[in-house]
Amino acid sequence: MTDTLQPDGGPAPGLQSGTASGSGAQAPLEDAAASRLQLVWRRFLRQRLAIAGLVVVALLFGVAYLSPYLGRWQYDQLDFTAFLEPPSASHWFGTTQNGFDVFALTMRGLQKSLVIGLLGALMATALAATVGAFAGYFGGAVNTALVTLIDLLMVLPAFLIIAILSPSFRGHTWLIFVVLLAAFQWMVTARIVRGMTLSLREREFVHAARFMGVPGWRIIFRHILPNMASLLIIDATINVSSLILAEVGLSFFGFGVQPPDVSLGTLIGDYANAALTFPWEFYFPAAFLVILVLAINLVGDGLRDAFDPNAQGHH
Amino acid sequence: MRVTAPGTPLLSVRDLSVSFRTEAGLVRAVRSVSYDVAPGEVLGIVGESGSGKSVSSLAVMNLLPGHAEVTGSARLNGQELIGQSDDALSAVRGSRIAMVFQDPLSALTPVYTVGDQIAEAILVHETVSRGEAMRRAVDLLHTVGIPNAAQRATAFPHEFSGGMRQRVMIAMAIANRPSLIIADEPTTALDVTIQAQILDVLQTARRMTGAAIVLITHDLGVIAGIADRVSVMYAGTIVETGSVDDVFYRPRMPYTLGLLGSIPRADAGERQPLTPIEGTPPSLINLPTGCPFVPRCPMAQDICRREEPGLLPIAGREPADTQRAACHFKDDIEQRQLTSRDIFPAPLPSSDAVRSVPREQRQQMLVVQDLVKSYPQMKGAVLRRKVGEVRAVDGVSFDIREGETLGLVGESGCGKTTTIMEILNLGRPASGHIAVLGHDTARMSGAEKFGIRRDLQVVFQDPMASLDPRLPIGEILAEPLRAHGVAPERVSARVRELLTLVGLRAEHVNRYPAAFSGGQRQRIGIARALALEPKILVLDEPVSALDVSVRAGVINLLERLRDQLGLSYLFVAHDLAVVRHIGNRVAVMYLGRIIESGDVDEVFDRPAHPYTQALLSAIPLPDPHKERARVRIVLKGDLPSPANPPSGCRFRTRCQKFANELTEPQRQRCIDESPALLPRTGSPDHLDACHWATAVEVL
Amino acid sequence: MAAFLLRRLVYLLCLVVVSTSVAYLLAATQLRPRARYEGRNPPPPVAVVDARLDELNMNDKVPVLTRYRRWGAGLLRGDLGRTIDNQPVNAEIGRRMWVSLRLVVVGAVVGTLLGVAAGAYGAVKQYQLADRVLTVSSFVILSIPAVVLGVLFKNAGIGLNNALGFKLLYTTGELTPGMDPWSAAGLVNRFAHLVLPSLVLIVIAVAFYGRYQRNAMLDVLGSDFLRTARAKGLRRSQALIKHGLRTALIPMATFFAYEFALLFVGATFTERLFGWHGMGEYFVESVTKNDINSVAGVTLFVGVLVLIAGFLSDLAYAALDPRVRV
Repeated sequence: MTDTLQPDGGPAPGLQSGTASGSGAQAPLEDAAASRLQLVWRRFLRQRLAIAGLVVVALLFGVAYLSPYLGRWQYDQLDFTAFLEPPSASHWFGTTQNGFDVFALTMRGLQKSLVIGLLGALMATALAATVGAFAGYFGGAVNTALVTLIDLLMVLPAFLIIAILSPSFRGHTWLIFVVLLAAFQWMVTARIVRGMTLSLREREFVHAARFMGVPGWRIIFRHILPNMASLLIIDATINVSSLILAEVGLSFFGFGVQPPDVSLGTLIGDYANAALTFPWEFYFPAAFLVILVLAINLVGDGLRDAFDPNAQGHH
Repeated sequence: MRVTAPGTPLLSVRDLSVSFRTEAGLVRAVRSVSYDVAPGEVLGIVGESGSGKSVSSLAVMNLLPGHAEVTGSARLNGQELIGQSDDALSAVRGSRIAMVFQDPLSALTPVYTVGDQIAEAILVHETVSRGEAMRRAVDLLHTVGIPNAAQRATAFPHEFSGGMRQRVMIAMAIANRPSLIIADEPTTALDVTIQAQILDVLQTARRMTGAAIVLITHDLGVIAGIADRVSVMYAGTIVETGSVDDVFYRPRMPYTLGLLGSIPRADAGERQPLTPIEGTPPSLINLPTGCPFVPRCPMAQDICRREEPGLLPIAGREPADTQRAACHFKDDIEQRQLTSRDIFPAPLPSSDAVRSVPREQRQQMLVVQDLVKSYPQMKGAVLRRKVGEVRAVDGVSFDIREGETLGLVGESGCGKTTTIMEILNLGRPASGHIAVLGHDTARMSGAEKFGIRRDLQVVFQDPMASLDPRLPIGEILAEPLRAHGVAPERVSARVRELLTLVGLRAEHVNRYPAAFSGGQRQRIGIARALALEPKILVLDEPVSALDVSVRAGVINLLERLRDQLGLSYLFVAHDLAVVRHIGNRVAVMYLGRIIESGDVDEVFDRPAHPYTQALLSAIPLPDPHKERARVRIVLKGDLPSPANPPSGCRFRTRCQKFANELTEPQRQRCIDESPALLPRTGSPDHLDACHWATAVEVL
Repeated sequence: MAAFLLRRLVYLLCLVVVSTSVAYLLAATQLRPRARYEGRNPPPPVAVVDARLDELNMNDKVPVLTRYRRWGAGLLRGDLGRTIDNQPVNAEIGRRMWVSLRLVVVGAVVGTLLGVAAGAYGAVKQYQLADRVLTVSSFVILSIPAVVLGVLFKNAGIGLNNALGFKLLYTTGELTPGMDPWSAAGLVNRFAHLVLPSLVLIVIAVAFYGRYQRNAMLDVLGSDFLRTARAKGLRRSQALIKHGLRTALIPMATFFAYEFALLFVGATFTERLFGWHGMGEYFVESVTKNDINSVAGVTLFVGVLVLIAGFLSDLAYAALDPRVRV
């Protein structure tokens, strides 16, 4: 029974009660859940950087997928009249020593990076949510087994393991690579989800459901996971950028996306040594990569602030 | 005792207002509050959550978060505090004004020893050596009643109990002999016997330093015993103020009247229905013009909606009289001597048709016999390991018969929550038996357990936590129905029926829990528990998280439902007054055992066990005359660790009887032999677990 | 306490054993050392290749568990086997690990200290210019992959040298060939080599730690004990430093273990870019050369590194938080 010091913590007072009428009932209010989403959205919109990030991501998406119709060259097309040409009207970002168009390559790489990031993040977050929630909710042997798995995977150096496995997906679809990336990306989140589940499990509404006879798996998907939606959304966003960075790291050494596929990572790996001599080969893909990751991180940061305005002392 | 505030006030607050800019709008948390505190006096500020009582005093200290906008004036001995720089105020804070906060667990820095933290308070304001400061810190710890002060000074906050931490806070507050101590709900987080200890320490501190105290609380009982003057806050402003006797015996603002009428009294022999104040306190955003109490006030007229009444003297009183009330009809109330029962409609007393049948002839709904529940005791956060076993519940037995309410009472750590969790889990107890409607839970199949869950439902303490915030209440109420295979076409009709049953509007099914106030959410929780038409309801502190003014409504609802639907309640509470009001029978727990049980009136009027006596004696009564006249039994020390309970009688280490009355051979028996729960006072139904039980009147 | 730290150590050790075993088994089944010989022209006779591979314990015709047992037995004797070029793995690692450790330890220690300082400073000066600059730069740095950052630093170094007209900072190798590594000039020369690659790791670590430290401190900003400290008469900044910083250091201990792994991966890139012959480079080469024993050796090294970091984390946690001391 304390006075709320920070009225913006928890449900805002304005949502709790309007003008109370005598019969224990309420004057009409808008839907509280809808208004919570609106509130989050309003807070998000107020953060100009996050909005900018969102716009940039959308633009990059558009440019990457429209590029085959924008540029004059395709990523697998060679221009035998232009080797190692600096940017020009014909080759906006210049060409490589084989005569590939750097713009087309970069856009192709951008496509791949975006898809890898989004797909992998979705998989990683879904896995984290499921494993974390089951470990936390059921406890006992299930918990021990899953926690050991998490611990083990965290000790396994992801970078090294994927590298070791890289010969086996050479020549196969890059989807295997995405699955592997995701498989090493979920553990930290799973731990957080498990921790939150442990505390949610003791929340009274979960007890209530249990004492009604609702089965555990249903409690998890109906009560526990929806109550960490904000964490999961933020996590998925951050995962997108982490996965894009991981892809770059692995592809840099040739352990990631395999030729003839092109990603931002393979481009950066191939042309890192050309950065001084033929800067367009390196700096265009690198710049697109940094802009993409930065934009996604801005969106993630904005979401975090919008969902939880107190987390970083924002008022 | 001082009634007026003579001479120059120590602290003079004028037109203090605080507002917070938030997403939802401007929250006007404090609206034009003025009061004086005279040197050495105790001013009680009482109000419910959101009334602005804490914010107003934090504003005086300039300890509000940066986005708070504070206007007005607060002068300490003539020196203005509002709007001063952090540097200037730092010199005042801790030296001339000190604070004691509510939650002693989070209010101390976890990584420094308590000695260091007290010494720091001295070192900030005085140039003394570290050693000297430490020595004084130890003295202070000794003063506030911490045993082995020198040794305990080197311990960390987590090594102290809640009550001991609060003593540390008080030691820190008096370190520089301040002239004013602001105590913000200093006992709210504590158990009632510990509360009595802390209030005692606070009185000692006041005697020692001669400091004035501003005591902020929601508990009218706490104020009644300790304060000279009282201010009642509502919706960010003071609505009534005056001497304790005036405010408690001659309240002239309907809110104060209603508040006093809605509190269940532990000393109330014949049960009278409580007068609930309907509705909830207003939102402090976009507060409408007029009196903020209008929506809940049965006396409200047009003028109340048009203009907000000022805090004014009552007509016809002596000029020296300090009572002020903010009500257009205060003089009317004075002349007609209106009481809360005259203003607020009280529900009709419920009929107890079921309970007119003698107890022995009624069906046993729930039987618990020799129940034991133990936990492995773990230590360390990084390195967890088992170091022993804690018997949280150690041989508990009781039964509940049809239509009756058993109040299970005890302080935190006594095992009452563990007991009900064991019952609700329907598992096989480590030892002992649980039988629900005659079925032993140890012999039940999974399907039988699922079936019996229909008959045994639960209402939880925290109305915020007991409803899933992500689901509309219609879904929440439908969940038990669906889980038990009620036909889909029946579900929505039943949901509406349930809402009406608990006094909510059926058309609100699509709203989310956040759209409801605490009291309303608790009604939804009750409706959910009733969805499957259970026969037994376990109520886990169902009103303790609610504001005082809405408690009465929920208690009345529970009483009505019990008698209307023929339910049996297992009512778990630490608030004995509530149990006296709603219970038919009561069982008192201490360290995992029941130490006294019987008929409510019998146990409250003639408690036999020294612990029950101490517990009842520790309850503050909202009655200043009675409070001042009472001799309180203040228990020594803290609850012993359940991991290592005392031999023989578990209460003997804190027992006032053991310490003061018993002879050496008698004591030896307490040490050697654990007393059984037996009838010792003549009434066959009144059991206690004390070798030397004698019934005493405490209240 | 010691007994339980020991138990924790044993647990971590088990994890290392399992992770190294998994890495060995994966490498032994996925990498194909035979390909190295089959590709030769003319291809050597199968029997010769088999004999050669048997000698290295890399023959894919031998059941993988048998090879694992043999490898494990060697490991127990402290022998990590031989590389595909028939050199002892122990010697290779013994030489290369100091190269990597130099980078990682300098990065971790300097990065952590600077990061904590920067984070604390940012939190105290919240929303002021210094805080905004720190926040924005750490945000940007964490969005740049280590590779790109490395290239930027390398080119900046070259640019600096060109502008100065002499080589102040070196961008390739650990030591100018032919110099005595232990002479005064040699040490200076080594330092001039160390600056740029370490700087890359330090910058990453500072950004990583600074961000968390700032947030951890702002988390305690609204805490009750900070309010108590101010109610005692401490000024805002005093309370924040004395009570806030100390408390906010506790969760940082946990990040220490993560940071080590992060920096090792970062070091792999800097080694490649700056031509250091460390463990990262060794690993990349081993995978490319299908060198099973070397791959397993590097994984073991990384496992032990993370184990030590994890154990130090536990120790730091226990030292910082009296609540976990027993």
